[in-house]
Amino acid sequence: MNLKTKGVAKYINEPLVGRITRDVSSTGENSFLICEEIPADINTNSFEAILTSKDTSHLVENKPAVYAVPNFDHLSEGDIVAINEDGNINTLYRVNSFHNVLLATERCNSNCLMCSQPPKDRNDIPRLYSINQKLISLIPKDCIELGISGGEPTLMGEMFFQTLENLKEQLPETEIHVLTNGRSFAWQSMAERLAKIDYRRLMLGVPVYSDYYQVHDYIVQARDAFNQTILGLHNLARYNQRIEIRVVLHKQSIPRLTKLAKYIFKNLPFVEHVAFMGLEFIGYTPHNIEKLWIDPHDYIEELGEAVEFLSGQGIHVSIYNSQLCVLPENLWQYCRKSISDWKNEYLPECQNCLKLNDCGGLFRWNLNKHSDYIKPFTAIEM
Amino acid sequence: MIESKANRKFKEAAFYNSQNDGGYFLLPFKFHRLNGEKEILVNEVGDYLILPTGTTATIVNRQISKENNSELYGDLIANFFISEEAIHPLIDVLATRYRTKKHFLNYFTGLHIFVISLRCEHTCFYCQVSRVTENRDQYDMSIQNIDRGIEIMFKSPNPHVTMEFQGGEALLAFDNIKYAVEKSEKIAGEIGKQITFVICTNLALVNEEILYYCKEHKILISTSLDGPQSIHDSNRHKPHASSYALAIKGIKLSREILGEDQVSALMTTTTLSLEHPIEIVDEYYNMGFPGIFLRNISPYGFALRTEKSKYSTDKFIEFYKKALGRILEYNFQGHYFTEDLARIYLTKILTPFNTGFVDMQSPAGLINGVIVFNYDGGVYATDESRMLAEQKDFTFKLGTLNDEYKDLFFGAKAQEIAQVWSNEALAGCSECAFQAYCGADPVHHHATQGDMYGYRPTSAFCQKNMEIIRYLIELMESEPKIKKIFESWISKK
Repeated sequence: MNLKTKGVAKYINEPLVGRITRDVSSTGENSFLICEEIPADINTNSFEAILTSKDTSHLVENKPAVYAVPNFDHLSEGDIVAINEDGNINTLYRVNSFHNVLLATERCNSNCLMCSQPPKDRNDIPRLYSINQKLISLIPKDCIELGISGGEPTLMGEMFFQTLENLKEQLPETEIHVLTNGRSFAWQSMAERLAKIDYRRLMLGVPVYSDYYQVHDYIVQARDAFNQTILGLHNLARYNQRIEIRVVLHKQSIPRLTKLAKYIFKNLPFVEHVAFMGLEFIGYTPHNIEKLWIDPHDYIEELGEAVEFLSGQGIHVSIYNSQLCVLPENLWQYCRKSISDWKNEYLPECQNCLKLNDCGGLFRWNLNKHSDYIKPFTAIEM
Repeated sequence: MIESKANRKFKEAAFYNSQNDGGYFLLPFKFHRLNGEKEILVNEVGDYLILPTGTTATIVNRQISKENNSELYGDLIANFFISEEAIHPLIDVLATRYRTKKHFLNYFTGLHIFVISLRCEHTCFYCQVSRVTENRDQYDMSIQNIDRGIEIMFKSPNPHVTMEFQGGEALLAFDNIKYAVEKSEKIAGEIGKQITFVICTNLALVNEEILYYCKEHKILISTSLDGPQSIHDSNRHKPHASSYALAIKGIKLSREILGEDQVSALMTTTTLSLEHPIEIVDEYYNMGFPGIFLRNISPYGFALRTEKSKYSTDKFIEFYKKALGRILEYNFQGHYFTEDLARIYLTKILTPFNTGFVDMQSPAGLINGVIVFNYDGGVYATDESRMLAEQKDFTFKLGTLNDEYKDLFFGAKAQEIAQVWSNEALAGCSECAFQAYCGADPVHHHATQGDMYGYRPTSAFCQKNMEIIRYLIELMESEPKIKKIFESWISKK
């Protein structure tokens, strides 16, 4: 699944955000018309921009356009895209997906060994903020769930809270899931500011990788990160914010995993959900693979103990990014089909598996780095 | 505000070490030898580590290092036993944990026991309080005292109060219970407090009419069941009838009308019971109870006037272990069946929370969690306190229902008891590893040792708690499947 394509930009001076339509009679505001030929009788005022695979010849004067785009197959009616000065067409929102995410910033104050989307040290915050404000106004009101990711979204500072206020006002029925390392909330004023929004549909997903600061700080490559995150979680709990803990499973986090589960129950019993997540082979991970790789088959005991302990104490637990054939059957009930549709793939041998429909499969980028124990369920064994 | 990072080159784990010069600071913790090989270390909020004997000494002597004992070092840091800074960077988290453990203090007195009548149609030999008499005027709580008790109950700052009717046999004064329930319901509704009602009864007098009333007013039933018929009837004598047969019939009828979970039972261990741990557990299991509370007899007062009920703490512990073994067998077979004393300890040992059980708290549950309004208008610190009063020992009498709230709950007597109600400040307890799991019991120590403060080396309270806590920890640490069972008992799920 493609989330971006590129053509040649014309009359675009700043990023524009709009809804895709192929219907020339459409009159919606902020519409980008996709067309092969521009009909002679078209009311071009109905559209904010024109997107076409054709060449430059019949562009309308001063009407923003991207031309010579290879294809638009990935775009559905109503999808929201940003078109840029350089001709990039980035998909921001897909109407047929439950996995839409706002990118807050690519800046980050951590540098996790296994980061799937490595941070960039440039100030993209004002630009992304303005795109996102526009985007939020265009998202259908029946959107069920929306993520906010980065980078570290709280680095936006006040703009982070304004984004949430805007979301609460414009999409009151939408569940919002923010991925943050939580460190900023070590400052109580940040947690207090968040609480002021009084946003019950907001859930913060915060990673904790170890019960011991030095292991956590090493994994996230940031001094003091563990203490800041734990203090941040307590500040958030003080203001009744909804929290999910996210634990990525790899060679550095596995040795203390069951101790981490106890630590969460003892010190963070207020969390609503704990997710244990398989390693993604993308971003920094390939570079650090020697430090990170452990076959999921080799950690099922630790994972099972952690999951069953927390679940036994009444905490909602999930396992993400794992395949059923690698896990013992007693853990299947915790497995979720968590991988976003556009990243989700299966191995060739999975096609014969009788449990294919129940299995979360793999990240596309894990097709070449996965457990050695993946094996289709066939009728004979079952 | 935390800024972005200046340099994104990956560093080795050692770079993230915050320790200075290989040193560390000790946080408050206590320790205790579990057996020949292991000792337990318990931190300020009840988290524990089980380590080989002698480890405490190496920790205190600063012989633990990141290099040579990396896993233990991490455990000690992560679990608040040592710190790399004089003030632990997560001291606020530790403070929150401490407050959570003492959360039971937040709301002050919840349980209000009304001794609605001292009259009883049973003549249990271990009972301090029953009177077989028809003299209502002398042994029933008067309407004026009920009114005054309700008034005081609703002065409690606790948003959720429990009104528990005890006896004698409470149902002998059922009309007065109805009066008290209806009046309290009305006031609770007006002032926005939650209220739970409990009737403690032997169920001999229960009938459908009473139970339908209980159903209508959401009144819980708490009864006595000492074991199978031979034990129960021997312990709990009722002239010309089988107490057991009446109790079982009453339990069944109560469950039918009120629902299974609205009826609970308590047992008292007598000398006779000591010989029958298995049969007693089986009786509770077969009767369909979700668990049993193995309770020793109060080792003082009226109960000890007869040789029949005197036994040593050793004997009770032996009984307890056998009974617990039977309970675990049921669990090994896949049945969920708990022992409730263990559940109270285990909640303290294994969770960040505490229990509302008033007999095992520090500060003690007396006054802070429970108060007793006696039939004659006397106000006592605990149920045992009013039983001492039956022996003409009024040490724990706080006053009468005619006194002011502040004089009862914060008066001279309460202040005197408060000196000795925290085990953190009692010799023999202040340095005890199990302090966080245990409580203080001034009434017990006064009754058995003549001194509220108590002397731990000869205290039966101490002996029982130390050994049962030690035994529970030893059991679950030696058998992972027992630990899983124990964890299931304390689950909030």
